[in-house]
Amino acid sequence: MPPEAVTEHWGSEGARRQAAYLGMWVFIATEVLLFAGLFTAYGVYRSVYPEVFRAAQLTMDVGLGTLNTFILVTSSIVVALAVHAVRGDRPGLGGALLLAAALLGVVFLAVKGVEYAHHVKEGGLPGDAYRFTEVPRVGASLFFTLYYLLTGIHALHVTVGVGVLTVLGVRSAAGTFGAGYATPVELGGMYWHLVDVVWLFVYPILYLS
Amino acid sequence: MSPPAAESYLTDGRTVWSWLTTHDHKRIGVMFLGLTLFFFLVGGVFALALRIELLTPGRTLMGHLAYNRMFTLHGVTMVWLFMIPAIPSAFGNFLVPLMIGARDVAFPRLNLASVYLYVLGASVALWGMFEGGADTGWTFYTPYSTTTGTAVLPVLMGVFIIGFSTILTGLNFIATVHTLRAPGLTWMKLPLFVWAIYGTSIIQVLATPVLGMVLLLVALERVVGAGIFDPARGGDPLLFQHLFWFYSHPAVYIMVLPSMGVISEAVCAFSRKNAFSYRMIVYSTLGIAFVGFFTWGHHMFASGQSTFGSGAFGAMSMLVAIFTAIKIFSWLGTLYRGSIALESPLLYTLGFMFFLFFGGMIGVAYSTTSLNLHWHDTYSVVAHFHFIMVGATVMAFLAALHYWFPKMSGRCFPAKLANGAAVLIIFGFIATFVPQFLLGNLGMPRRYADYPPHFQSLHVASTAGASLLAFGFLAIAGYLAWSLRYGAVAGANPWGSEGFEWRSASPPPTHNFSTPPEYPTGPHEYASEEVPHAA
Repeated sequence: MPPEAVTEHWGSEGARRQAAYLGMWVFIATEVLLFAGLFTAYGVYRSVYPEVFRAAQLTMDVGLGTLNTFILVTSSIVVALAVHAVRGDRPGLGGALLLAAALLGVVFLAVKGVEYAHHVKEGGLPGDAYRFTEVPRVGASLFFTLYYLLTGIHALHVTVGVGVLTVLGVRSAAGTFGAGYATPVELGGMYWHLVDVVWLFVYPILYLS
Repeated sequence: MSPPAAESYLTDGRTVWSWLTTHDHKRIGVMFLGLTLFFFLVGGVFALALRIELLTPGRTLMGHLAYNRMFTLHGVTMVWLFMIPAIPSAFGNFLVPLMIGARDVAFPRLNLASVYLYVLGASVALWGMFEGGADTGWTFYTPYSTTTGTAVLPVLMGVFIIGFSTILTGLNFIATVHTLRAPGLTWMKLPLFVWAIYGTSIIQVLATPVLGMVLLLVALERVVGAGIFDPARGGDPLLFQHLFWFYSHPAVYIMVLPSMGVISEAVCAFSRKNAFSYRMIVYSTLGIAFVGFFTWGHHMFASGQSTFGSGAFGAMSMLVAIFTAIKIFSWLGTLYRGSIALESPLLYTLGFMFFLFFGGMIGVAYSTTSLNLHWHDTYSVVAHFHFIMVGATVMAFLAALHYWFPKMSGRCFPAKLANGAAVLIIFGFIATFVPQFLLGNLGMPRRYADYPPHFQSLHVASTAGASLLAFGFLAIAGYLAWSLRYGAVAGANPWGSEGFEWRSASPPPTHNFSTPPEYPTGPHEYASEEVPHAA
């Protein structure tokens, strides 16, 4: 919340900051549980169809997946540096770094799009639309359904994150944030790290076997 | 001429726009109260229609498909649009900041957003209702929900959106209770209602995302044939039940825990006693919130899960009864030798304790696998969860409505009428649902529009009880609406309660307090006429 927020509490600015932090952590907990449902489904079906899932993993483009992992981890470091810069009262640098991280997010989405295009060409589609002849349909169609769900919902989070980082970047460059008021940048950074960490679980279970 | 500062939150801006854009937790609470009451009416009308259909064997009022749609929408409306938001979103929003001495919740704009998400979700679900309506039951069990031709998708999406409203509310309360307590208000001085809302919020935040994901999976199954829950495509319909009940069993505690908070407040206020073993009530709240996550498998005793699994889930389910019993003993201990005022909130409280105890003990019987298989999917189960969810939750809701009506509106209601309505409602519930226990034990399955003639007498008894309930609710709506305008002015604390929320004016001013409140004593402390417990 900006300091000029309409509602005042008996609590100090410190309490407000603490509330914002706690709210973000609770939100992150809900996000983890959102993905937990999908990870559970993945675990269940991987134990039911171990061979098919392995075969399906082998058809994934490990190169592009690894590239995306590097892009996302790099962007996370850039965001961490941005938070550090804003805290150190250099909002201009922080803004530039935030915008750079947002750009890396866009690159990530572009690579993801290239991958999706490959899958569509091969027929690696979810459920009924599955046409990929290399891996048997039963089980593999489930793998691809989960693949699209996990990466799709993750990509949705990346898209939201790009928007958040862009807004924060522009406002930071305009000097809204600084050593005295870095909370929004910190919270945006926490969100981006969440997106990064979720990917670090999605990547090995989908791409590496 | 007009005073410069508004006298209360109600008079601070009178336009509709000032309500729709408000960040005031009290106005948001009142809006939630109005919305949930509306959907309680909608769900109640559906319920009455169902009872009328079941009055005679064969077709009475509607065809089988219409019946299936109606019980689905009855369930969806009552569970997600009434019982889950009713106490936390309406009374929690209104009272928690007042009780902890804060001016507002931690995130007021998020709070307003949760109202709009609720309205959006309800609208989408209602739109689905007019598009044909789902006929799956509120549980959306696969594979039926993924193959039926009715409008399941909008209802799923509606519930999905309402889930976000629930999460935001829970998140807000957790942050509020942690960070905005007034100086001196330590955790062990928190009013029991705040503790109950806090425990509820934890469940809301942890369970609802899983529901969101499973609803999304069902939606995908319908749209692209994802196959996650379809055996023909390699999926497993039981995975749906695991994920669904991982949310929906704790959701029962989302409904009952806030009710227990209301009851704790009312018991102290109307027996003029400090809570008997405050700490035990608090710990059992957290215990229920925790154990609630390990009970979902008791919905699946008949699904072919392992004997060990069933036994473990049965035992975990029974643990809930221990924590609940701790609360019931504490309330009885509080009432014991208290200076009891038999006002309508206390009458509902006594009704609550009866329904919770009776329904809960039967719940223990259900968590025994052998008995469960006999009663599985019969009217007995319907009666059990109506005892807990409707009997207990609605009793507590009515207790809260009557207890805090003067706080919210600044007016009193006619006490004798209210007491009469309370008695009518309690007996209406008993008359409605006790015959259903008997029906289920005789083998009447749930979700059926038709039945053999020898069940009729019990169905007639149940429908008669339902009409008593309808009269009771009409009476309440009538005198409360009348009291809003013509009721006697309440004054700050008409009940003489020591609850922290009564320290502000009734109705409270926009920012709750003119000076920061102080908390030298614990909650519910009636120091003067305390009667020693030793007999």
